[in-house]
Amino acid sequence: VKHTLSVTVHDKPGALTRITTMFARRGFNIESLAVGPTERPGVSCITLRVDCTQHSLEQIEKQIHKLVDVLRVTELVAGEAVERELMLVKVSVPPERRAELVTTAEALGGRLLDVGADAVVLELVATPEEIDSFHELCRPYGVSDLVRTGRVGVPRAAGRRRTPRRLAAIN
Amino acid sequence: MRMTGGDAILRALEAEGVEVMFGIPGGAIMPTYDAIARGTTVRHVLARHEQGAGHMAQGYARASGRVGVAIATSGPGATNLVTPIADAWMDSTPLVCITGQVRSTLIGTDAFQECDITGITMPIVKHSWLVQDGRELPSVLRAAFHVARTGRCGPVLVDVPRDVQEAVVDVSFPGELDLPGWRPPTKVHPLQIREAGRAIANARKPMLYVGGGTLNGDACAELLDLAEAGSLPVVTTLMAKSAFPESHELHFGWPGMHGPKWSNLAINSCDVLVAIGARFDDRVTGKLSAFAPGATVVHLDVDAAEISKLREADIPVVGSLATAVGALAREVERHRAEGTPSPRAWLDQLHAWREEFPLRYDKDGDWLKPQTVLETLQRLTAGEDVIVTTGVGQHQMWAMQYVSSERPRSFITSGGLGTMGYGIPAAIGAKAARPEATVVCVDGDGCFQMTAQELVTAAAEDLPIVVVLVNNGYLGMVTQWQDMFFDGRRSHVHLTNRLPDYAKLAEAYGGVGMVVTHESELEPALTEALSLGRMVVVDCRVDPAEQCFPMIPTGAAAIDMIEYGDTLEVKAS
Repeated sequence: VKHTLSVTVHDKPGALTRITTMFARRGFNIESLAVGPTERPGVSCITLRVDCTQHSLEQIEKQIHKLVDVLRVTELVAGEAVERELMLVKVSVPPERRAELVTTAEALGGRLLDVGADAVVLELVATPEEIDSFHELCRPYGVSDLVRTGRVGVPRAAGRRRTPRRLAAIN
Repeated sequence: MRMTGGDAILRALEAEGVEVMFGIPGGAIMPTYDAIARGTTVRHVLARHEQGAGHMAQGYARASGRVGVAIATSGPGATNLVTPIADAWMDSTPLVCITGQVRSTLIGTDAFQECDITGITMPIVKHSWLVQDGRELPSVLRAAFHVARTGRCGPVLVDVPRDVQEAVVDVSFPGELDLPGWRPPTKVHPLQIREAGRAIANARKPMLYVGGGTLNGDACAELLDLAEAGSLPVVTTLMAKSAFPESHELHFGWPGMHGPKWSNLAINSCDVLVAIGARFDDRVTGKLSAFAPGATVVHLDVDAAEISKLREADIPVVGSLATAVGALAREVERHRAEGTPSPRAWLDQLHAWREEFPLRYDKDGDWLKPQTVLETLQRLTAGEDVIVTTGVGQHQMWAMQYVSSERPRSFITSGGLGTMGYGIPAAIGAKAARPEATVVCVDGDGCFQMTAQELVTAAAEDLPIVVVLVNNGYLGMVTQWQDMFFDGRRSHVHLTNRLPDYAKLAEAYGGVGMVVTHESELEPALTEALSLGRMVVVDCRVDPAEQCFPMIPTGAAAIDMIEYGDTLEVKAS
């Protein structure tokens, strides 16, 4: 089962390494990772996507929580959080089919960033699932370069701030 | 106050109340050693190898309950500390390691004696700091001590570049503690205590499975209260040995691979298993799925990550163990006062098992038996203020079985990492912590040779320890495994019991050496060794064929143990 964890950390040297080292050493796998600043100066947010059992997830959360630089660990539960990802993709497309591709992209909220003689660069900010489908859509044209940022997310505006977890209940 | 970074390090140690540090100087730590030379209240014990310094700091910490401090230079000095750091990580020993680093401008250039020690140790420290500005030293060192000793204890590392030690900075003490992300649990949830108390008080066959966290959390008095309040039987793991008085009628030995059969029967037949600062280590559980099957698990730990890590906890209690165990003792006492009966029949059963399956060995042949060495040591030191340290292997397991530990922190050993060579330096550290106690290192000949150079430290620093060498001329535990599980093919385990000459070596290192080859010589030699007040090595030449039993083969269920004298038919599991 896939889970998204949002980890806020004190922005100190090695903070990210300590988290990834913990994953490596305890045999957990990171599927995607995104790091960036938050609304608070000196605090960064690391969004991790992991594929693991509920038991492993609890272990991961507790082990991350023990790290001195970590301020908070929250699971972004599907339905209770808004998640987005950015993809940049360079698609080979002859001039006569370009309009068709760009129209499709724009219909999905994508944007044309750059145009070459026989290729275009498109940008899409969307849910990771939509990005997957857009990638599939581009594939027949010929994708020569593709990068994704990894997902980031925040709890929904109307939602409670945090789902109470078993860990919180016993602590 | 204006001072150099090196002076700031010492003023910070003094502000923490540090009495003693263990270390060796070298290039990148020289400004700090210069500050030591200019004056400090902290005693410096000069080790002969940084690994020794690290284990001394561990032995000091385990004997005193305070944070151990080790100091070394960059590069090889720092990497030699890696084993003690890993050992302290596995056994949750509070340890602050201070290492010199090459000058800031040289970091990353592969400079002489440069190594990325914060990177190397990252998976085995609670936290580490590479100090880039001398003004941070007071707060970094304060944080280092705070992190090492709060929550689940463990090692931290402070790496200080040489120029940071040299630069004159304006600092004040104590430094500011700014650790917003470090919030170890302090409170204990009262509902969990109530639920745990009810389960324990109503159990027909309760068992307290006590781990090293009880010693680290200073919860031994509370543990005694809990056991006595409910008439609850206790087993202590190797790491918890000495957490509960072993002559107490409620103490039922030590669970695990070389624990007595009655201890393993007890823990595996209970209906409510109360794990206190214990982590269901594979050396204790054997085959996990067959460990205490059917028991309701109450798990108390200061580290939430240990709860349900290996065995699902039915009733988890997270918090400081002194608080949690104390609260639980009062809760169980209340239940008993209200009439829930003590588990009399269960205690009778445990006593019966103890009678039925005693630890035993045969004194056949002319050889001195290793068990006799430990039994005699126990007899000669009973009732005395004695601290026993060990290396790792057969002698360690015999020490667990035959030494009776009565007072907290009187048995010090390397459990989790299983570091051969731990015993001698740990004994020296323990002696520094408790000079009034007699400190005995029960060592094997394999272990002895890994850190024997520290005997010089014992002699030169006036930290006299008695090494009781269980010398069978072999890497004994490996030999036992080769004999039992590798069709007896002995592969590179023979050390010979005469090379080196351990007694002469003791004398060369400034101590007293004795050789015991026969049982009749044992008691006089040990009596003299214990009375000399000097560094002594008693080389006990024991039966090389003696194996350590009982034993649970790796991966087997704990109750499928092999006892002394059983025919050895080990099936692969």
